[in-house]
Amino acid sequence: MATATRRHADTQAIPVSFTLNGRLQEIDVEPHELLLDVVRDRLGLTGAKRSCDVEVCGACTLLVDGRPVSACTTLAFEVRGRSVMTIEGLADNGKLHPLQEAFIEHGGFQCGFCTPGMILASKALLDENPNPSEEELKHFMHGNICRCTGYKKIIESIMAAAKKMRGRP
Amino acid sequence: MLRRFRLEEPESVAEVSELLGRFGENAKVYAGGTELLLVMKEGLVQYERLINVKKLGLNQISAENGTLKIGALCTHHELENSALLQQQLPALVKLEQNVANVRVRQAGTIGGNLCFAEPHADPGTLLMALGAKLVADKGASKREILAEDFFVDAYETSLAADEVLTEIRVPTPGANRKCAYLKFGYLERPSVGVAIAFSLTGGGVSDVKIAAGCAGPAPKRVAEAEALLNGKSKDEASRSLAQAGAIAGKASQAISDLHGAQDYKEHIVGVLLKRAFQAAVS
Repeated sequence: MATATRRHADTQAIPVSFTLNGRLQEIDVEPHELLLDVVRDRLGLTGAKRSCDVEVCGACTLLVDGRPVSACTTLAFEVRGRSVMTIEGLADNGKLHPLQEAFIEHGGFQCGFCTPGMILASKALLDENPNPSEEELKHFMHGNICRCTGYKKIIESIMAAAKKMRGRP
Repeated sequence: MLRRFRLEEPESVAEVSELLGRFGENAKVYAGGTELLLVMKEGLVQYERLINVKKLGLNQISAENGTLKIGALCTHHELENSALLQQQLPALVKLEQNVANVRVRQAGTIGGNLCFAEPHADPGTLLMALGAKLVADKGASKREILAEDFFVDAYETSLAADEVLTEIRVPTPGANRKCAYLKFGYLERPSVGVAIAFSLTGGGVSDVKIAAGCAGPAPKRVAEAEALLNGKSKDEASRSLAQAGAIAGKASQAISDLHGAQDYKEHIVGVLLKRAFQAAVS
């Protein structure tokens, strides 16, 4: 044990102050800690999933300053001073976001494993492009993999949410 | 799962260079982490220290005296959204729009991509055809490395152990300069990428630069294929593309792997060269 520990550098704590789902969060992390592990195991928010672990599938997608990142391959210290959103932070006081409503209404998920990543990635898309073409949607979302739906209903869900969100004041 | 390492966060290139010199193979520069962290998680490599270079800034894009200067820490996302590049270097913008996926483009940097020298990467191939120079910096001194001299082998560059890639310099293409990059693949990463750039004046093709990447261990410039097209009319050059493509295929140093068999990749190099030429002139 002692030998194994000595092989590595000493423990280094990095103070990280960031906004998590709108609330200030202050924790110490070690350099090697991954954002996904910190959010899931230390902060108890298990919406983001570990799946491929190589930034391909999108199941671990979180929004950092509104942009999608692969939390499986993001060092936790990188969110210093930033704003992180997980799927748990999307509903507004219990009222579902239009994307969440649309995924339910249009059958945009089956097993649900990819859904938090799908919804957060599509939120980033609609925040930057409220009226995407289907081609633009597919290009933006092609890094989020679903093994159940065949994507048609996911695309329908996002398009329906986009329409609803554009119609709002 | 990542093994424990120590983080250094220097604020100048000189400090980074000093740390690299001091810790040698026990330390590695860390930028976006999109490739480095994958091989570290896999346990393929291990470092006692990562040197986070993101406090250096280095994410500016500017045009000066006929040269486009791209900071090495620009993310793929920043490059695809740069108004200056959209205007001056649309071939690079198109390439960047199609790197991996939106999350990788958000975190990954152009400099990290080049220095990691993963064989199945896009930017190096196009930068060769664009005649780009890469700035290797120690803080106290710096030198320029031609893109075609930068890649030594898979995961290996000509950067010295204490040099930091700080900037990519691309000659601003003139109005007559045509260029295109095309790739093909069926896995997450491309099997083959081909770039071409040339001047088209009065219907004549000159100063051709061709590079083939992804097929082998490192992108390669293909002078023999360039010579076949140089000095010809557009139509004559078009008719020489099959031959130029066959030469470029052989020169690509294609290897058989998950991304395709050697002869398959060589063939695709030729197909992409033909299409890239057509895309560049249209």
